[in-house]
Amino acid sequence: MGFKTPLYDTHVAAGARMVDFGGWDMPVNYGSQIEEHHAVRRDAGMFDVSHMLSVDVTGARVRDYLRHVLANDVAKLKDSGKALYSCMLNENGGVIDDLIVYFIDDSWFRIVVNAGTRDKDLAWLKRFSDEFGVDIKPRNDLAMIAVQGPNARAKAATLIGQYADEALQLKPFTGRQLGEYFISRTGYTGEDGWEVMLPVAAAPKFWSDLKAAGVAQCGLGARDTLRLEAGMNLYGNDMDENLSPLESGLTWTVAFDPPERDFVGRAALEAQRAAGVKRKLVGLILDDRGVLRGHQRVVTPAGDGELTSGTFSPTLEKSIGFARVPAATGERVEVDIRGKLLAARVVKYPFVRNGKPLVS
Amino acid sequence: MSNIPADLKYLDSHEWARVESDGTVTIGISDHAQGALGDLVFVEVPEVGKSLSKGAAAAVVESVKAASDVYSPLSGEVIAANDALSGSPELVNSDPYGAGWLFKLKPSNAGELQQLLDAKAYEKVVADAAH
Repeated sequence: MGFKTPLYDTHVAAGARMVDFGGWDMPVNYGSQIEEHHAVRRDAGMFDVSHMLSVDVTGARVRDYLRHVLANDVAKLKDSGKALYSCMLNENGGVIDDLIVYFIDDSWFRIVVNAGTRDKDLAWLKRFSDEFGVDIKPRNDLAMIAVQGPNARAKAATLIGQYADEALQLKPFTGRQLGEYFISRTGYTGEDGWEVMLPVAAAPKFWSDLKAAGVAQCGLGARDTLRLEAGMNLYGNDMDENLSPLESGLTWTVAFDPPERDFVGRAALEAQRAAGVKRKLVGLILDDRGVLRGHQRVVTPAGDGELTSGTFSPTLEKSIGFARVPAATGERVEVDIRGKLLAARVVKYPFVRNGKPLVS
Repeated sequence: MSNIPADLKYLDSHEWARVESDGTVTIGISDHAQGALGDLVFVEVPEVGKSLSKGAAAAVVESVKAASDVYSPLSGEVIAANDALSGSPELVNSDPYGAGWLFKLKPSNAGELQQLLDAKAYEKVVADAAH
């Protein structure tokens, strides 16, 4: 048996199909995964993301520390509550994890990391913490529920009483502590919504109250199709320690400026950039009938590549995916599905944002 | 609990087979299988006229989550395939023993029918899979 979130019993009682995800017993769906997906695109859905780990990083030099440990630059964070997406790299420029970091105040930042990488992330964070005199505190006392969809904020706001107005005024990619809730206007679906961190003991009631407010319970299955449509990478599928952000579609998350900022992995990324990045991550749409899946072979005139993620897109009603292909790859490729070469197109992603298809 | 009709034969890989009055055999996947796969989005059925041997990969069912091979419970020639599934793969979820059938065979070795599981034996397979 794997680790259990504070909502494990709630999921089982709701009839969820439970699967192992990074060592955690998590709900993959409660009924129809496609209906859960549509609930988020059209109305409001919620996900138990308590398997992810919040880490508080505190100390007088916390900003300097994070400017060294993260590939994106927390110097961009000027207003309290503002969040930033970043990779954490090893010296070879490989991605240890991708994460979100919140600026709380000058001596306190909060990081949210993936479930499957929590131990190695903590070890990596601690490797540099003494040098900067910062304290690394995993917040195992917090659960996290993501409420996502065009009506998600309005529905969730009915549950937080006196804090509703303040929470509804949060700008995108900003979070704030409101009573026992840390509410941020972030997510992994391409829809508006919140991610709510709250004490473990309060999570089951908050979940059932959201359900009563008309928020659909959604599993990891829908979470995966939503994030893929939204063009968001999944750690372990689309990038890992042996791949750099530059070959993972994440160049935009690396702050090379200012040039004097010495972040871990910088030298390796600069060398890779100087030598020319050989591969790139692209979005694919399958024109033929079938379903793209991770590890399928992609055939291009510039050489072979490989699917890193693939699924059926419930919004587009076509199969979509991400593939790592030679840098010179053009628009037309073929994908080897059970020995047949099927036609696919390279497209810009996101595929879907705020309920609307962006590609066809 | 999944629905396991008493009048069908099964494979432990979750296919069902129904002997029709004319001796042909209709094949599909069980209610348990469709539930485990989740929402189906793509079904590849065998071509009519193809000869299958017992246990051969005959069709592919893909849900949002994963692709699965469907094995032929019997040897024989494919005499029909359910073309409605190309536009409506979800029929396998909503009606796995009816409109969600996959293909029909003219069996070449009727003796193989005796090797299939009856409903009771298949029920045990499903119960064991839950543990």
